[in-house]
Amino acid sequence: MAEEQQSPSGGGALLHRHPRLRLGLLLGPPMLWLGVLYLGSLAALFITSLWTVDAFGGNIQRVWNLQNYRDLFTIDVYRTITGRTIATAAAVTVIDALLAFPVALYMAKVASPRLQRVLVVLVLTPLWASYLVKAYAWRGMLSNDGPVEWLLAPLGGGTPGYGLVATVITLAYLWLPYMILPMYAGLERLPDSLLEASADLGASSATTVRRVVLPVLFPAAVAGSIFTFSLTLGDYIAVRIVGGTNQMLGNVVYDSFLTGNNMPFAAAVATIPVVVMLLYLAAVRRTGALESL
Amino acid sequence: MTFSRATRALLLGITGLVLLFIHVPLALVVVNSFNVSRTFAWPPPGFTTQWWSAAAQSAGARNAIVVSLEVALLATAVALLLGTMAALALQRFSFYGRDTISLLIILPIALPGVVTGIALANAFLTVIGIELGMLTLVVSHATFCIVTIFNNAIARLRRVGGNLEEASMDLGAGTFRTFRSVTLPMLRSALLAGALLSFALSFDEIIVTTFTAGQGIQTLPIWIYQNLFRPNQAPVVNVVAAALIVVSIVPIWLSLKLAGPDESVAAVR
Repeated sequence: MAEEQQSPSGGGALLHRHPRLRLGLLLGPPMLWLGVLYLGSLAALFITSLWTVDAFGGNIQRVWNLQNYRDLFTIDVYRTITGRTIATAAAVTVIDALLAFPVALYMAKVASPRLQRVLVVLVLTPLWASYLVKAYAWRGMLSNDGPVEWLLAPLGGGTPGYGLVATVITLAYLWLPYMILPMYAGLERLPDSLLEASADLGASSATTVRRVVLPVLFPAAVAGSIFTFSLTLGDYIAVRIVGGTNQMLGNVVYDSFLTGNNMPFAAAVATIPVVVMLLYLAAVRRTGALESL
Repeated sequence: MTFSRATRALLLGITGLVLLFIHVPLALVVVNSFNVSRTFAWPPPGFTTQWWSAAAQSAGARNAIVVSLEVALLATAVALLLGTMAALALQRFSFYGRDTISLLIILPIALPGVVTGIALANAFLTVIGIELGMLTLVVSHATFCIVTIFNNAIARLRRVGGNLEEASMDLGAGTFRTFRSVTLPMLRSALLAGALLSFALSFDEIIVTTFTAGQGIQTLPIWIYQNLFRPNQAPVVNVVAAALIVVSIVPIWLSLKLAGPDESVAAVR
């Protein structure tokens, strides 16, 4: 075992003696990628939003002005689309929270360990199925001669058809696992003894849920809502597939970018979801939900 | 016995309904891939396998699958490297600004996809001045894949602690030797699980892709999206969708084998 007396040589030795150098080399490449390329892109996006394009060729005029933002605030259709997008994100988040709560509670606190594992798999499964396939599946579900119509027609109902309701249903469907999992993880950490103590002290199921479960659940729900909210704000594919002629902010960004050849305006529209998300993150920061992400 | 019998029954009932809500649409796609009706009339007037054989002949779908596999492999390779480095730096060192950096790693998935997409497209086109293509697509996919590797690696590093690495160093192994013989073996299954997730994320991605792939490149999601609204292609698109659902069982099974429960939950997204 002569080897262990030897100290490492070459580059390894240099790194061995200088932990800061090790840190620098480890951190350098990811920081170049995310800090320079990605953050730089976001900064450049913001700068581009302050430029305009000329009316004919679609060439970018590098003249600083606020015209794009002025258009966003004054032209009615953009205000409507912004409002619709935020309302959709809020509706999707609330629906997902309401659906996820009983499922997460059952999984974490009622089901046997064996059933619990099965349920986690059943909830996780659709996460691996393609996003596009899931949106597409709802196009089939809600079509005029699809299963929803078939199921509800005898009851006097019918499919809502392709539109805003279909968009909310589809998006709520798409992001539901992102709400169930943090809630489940949060409830898992809640000791059973607390529930028992609550019951022993005479609380009914409803009181236990309200006084013991909900306070634990809230930060988890907020963590989940960051995903449901952000993913909805940026979505424009699902609304194209099931939303009929409705537009969301993402459609405006994409159409200005591709069809309109107006990168500065697309950039200005794209700052809306960023600002909304930053406000949202700032608001939820104090709930401690960011730590449980 | 903390919840009353009625509460438990109610919770079970709702859970069952939500699980139906989760799985029925996917089952419908699979059933419809055998539906005789071109417009997927429900209930199906009859069953056929002709759409599956038609899909097998589709050159467009086949090419798109190859492109998607290439992009996902390359993006995952880059993400593996960068995500592992970032996880080691953040878990094994303490320094000022650590929290900011972990926020930065989450940012590409915390921000809406259109934002990441348009920001990168704008950087490629107006700032750097390169054409959109395979390179820009892989770069943008790697950007949001880093976090999946990072999450898995950091959860594992946190769990195993640094004692073994310190012991290895004390016994005279250098930085690289310690990484190769101590850190990497401990990380391996977590990295595999993260890579699997990263691969699936990239394979499936469409929003960022529509911004950074350019016109020439057709990944599978782009192919599906472009053929979705063409009535004569509908049954073939549906077969591809059904096949994707069936294939998605493989990574679920693999990830269950690979990772402990903490990682598979931490790795979501």
